Amino acid sequence: MYKLPGTDERSVTIPGEPTAADPCFTVRKLTRTYRTGRRRDRHVVTANDAIDLDVRRGEIFGLLGPNGAGKSTLVRQLTGLLRPDTGTIDLLGHDLVRRPETAARLVAYLGQESGALDELTVALAIETTARLRALDATRARAERDAVLDELELGAIADRPLKKLSGGQRRLACVATALVGARPVLVLDEPTTGMDPVARRAVWAAVDRRRAEQGATVLLVTHNVIEAETVLDRVAVLDEGRVIACDTPGGLKAMVGDEVRLDLVWRADPPMDDPAVSMLAQTAVRTGRRWSTRMEPGVARELLAGVTSGPAFEALDDFTLSTPSLEDVYLALGGRHQGLVKG
Amino acid sequence: MRVSTPVSAASIETAPARPAEAVAPAPTTSLGAGLLTVYRAQLSRVRVSRVPLLFVAVFQSVGIMILMRGVVDTGSDSAREAVVAGSSVLVVAFVALNLLAQHFGNLRAANALDYYLTLPVRPAAVVLGMAAAYASFTLPGTVATAVIGALMFQLPLANLWVLLLVVPLSGAALAGIGAVFGLLAPRPELATLLGQLGMSAALLLGVLPEDRMPELIVVARDLLPSSYGVDAFIASYGDPDWAAVGGNLAVCAAVGVVMLSLATWSFRRSTRS
Ligand SMILES: Nc1ncnc2c1ncn2[C@@H]1O[C@H](COP(=O)(O)OP(=O)(O)OP(=O)(O)O)[C@@H](O)[C@H]1O
Ligand SMILES: [Mg+2]
Repeated sequence: MYKLPGTDERSVTIPGEPTAADPCFTVRKLTRTYRTGRRRDRHVVTANDAIDLDVRRGEIFGLLGPNGAGKSTLVRQLTGLLRPDTGTIDLLGHDLVRRPETAARLVAYLGQESGALDELTVALAIETTARLRALDATRARAERDAVLDELELGAIADRPLKKLSGGQRRLACVATALVGARPVLVLDEPTTGMDPVARRAVWAAVDRRRAEQGATVLLVTHNVIEAETVLDRVAVLDEGRVIACDTPGGLKAMVGDEVRLDLVWRADPPMDDPAVSMLAQTAVRTGRRWSTRMEPGVARELLAGVTSGPAFEALDDFTLSTPSLEDVYLALGGRHQGLVKG
Repeated sequence: MRVSTPVSAASIETAPARPAEAVAPAPTTSLGAGLLTVYRAQLSRVRVSRVPLLFVAVFQSVGIMILMRGVVDTGSDSAREAVVAGSSVLVVAFVALNLLAQHFGNLRAANALDYYLTLPVRPAAVVLGMAAAYASFTLPGTVATAVIGALMFQLPLANLWVLLLVVPLSGAALAGIGAVFGLLAPRPELATLLGQLGMSAALLLGVLPEDRMPELIVVARDLLPSSYGVDAFIASYGDPDWAAVGGNLAVCAAVGVVMLSLATWSFRRSTRS
């Protein structure tokens, strides 16, 4: 169970008790529109359209979806930054629509942009955030040092954020979100621009907060690998609606046992090859890559045909893979292809 | 405390909805601690740009004094005092009004106020911390301008300490206006424009002796808060009129309170709309 700093221990700690069934966020019929354009070409964008969502305590919950799906709009309402047009949000027993300012006392939020801290050094940005989370000076410095170590930011601690590389800056911003424990973390694309080492450090840090403090994590992502590795459950958003919500495994089961065959050509493939001509009819082509979904048996046969015949000379690379969340998203009728793989 | 008897997952799911106890929110940051933290962060933020910025501010004010030497009647005490006091307070207007309006406008446009709004810190602490930081950058520049001006126009340096009151109080008024411009302007360019207009007004209405102005301009000058800072400073020259110093500073303080409260309100309003 999560323990709040500075509150009476007896009233909030229930040792050894699972709390997974308790709700963290309960969202009902959440709708939010934006008015854009001037005068004549004025129109309304429905960024969130009657969203229902249940995030349980202690889970790492993901929001996956293409650009403009409404992910940031949703989390900005869940952190009290935007007022919904209609709908309700309950956060750990608090009505966030009526009292949006309560969110700041329960949630650590990492926004998609980081403007407010750009000119501070990494260490001061973290310490400032800790102080603004009501930690006293000593605690703030101690927690700053701990998170600098945890994310291996020591070497760049004294450099201003705006002089760092994109990935380093993002990592420093993640550090500000992690300082000063909170029962809920809401992170909007935390790992954008990070190399695999930094990404892993963030995932480990997030997982540690859940394991040690029972924190609930809501994570926005475009990255299907991230979604498959770290998330307990995922909601797939498209055009302002939740089009699916399940564990990554559960979602993948929805697309059945189809597999995906990816071929990358170095030269024009020989069309007279029967396997190639069959693939040519169904493959989705992106540059030199052909991608097809099919039954595993068929895929094996076609792959054998391609790799044993003359087409093999023209082939650069091939992969046969089980469904990813990207396939799930496409199978669900997501209209965009904006998800990043890798 | 709940007793941990073995219950199946299914029975948890189907049990009558037991309202989970609400988690107590963490404490909020006190106004003082929040203000100091924001102030400290802002000072460090402009550490790099402070020197060139003050140079620009002082250079501008000294330039104006040089120009005015050819224009005003340097034989008249009131004219010389008006030029030096107006140019000194102009430094405050340049930084606290103009640059703060710009800064808040940019923060808002970049959704960067989200950072503060998602921390348990009071809007008043953020607004006051930033305003205090911007107002305090101006002190060295204001003093430098006043000293240079006193030497150029043969004015006494004895009561220069009055600036220690003039800068924070007119700083509060002007920073408050700057913050309101930055937070209420619908677009950042408009915030910059308003900040610049405010500074131009302080320049045009501040550096001329009041007794030479047409009626209408005097009214405009009376409506401009920076004029009271200028008048307080003027009153400290020669044979000081302490009542006038106090009265003018009181107006600055009152405008400061009103504008900073308005800025705090606009800060809250700015994103949760
Ligand atoms: N301030 C705004 N004014 C007008 N329209 C907006 C605004 N913010 C977002 N939108 C629109 O609302 C929709 C959802 O935007 P949102 O930022 O929530 O998407 P997202 O899922 O976070 O996308 P991304 O992956 O690119 O971050 C988009 O169509 C976007 O153009
Ligand atoms: Mg987004």
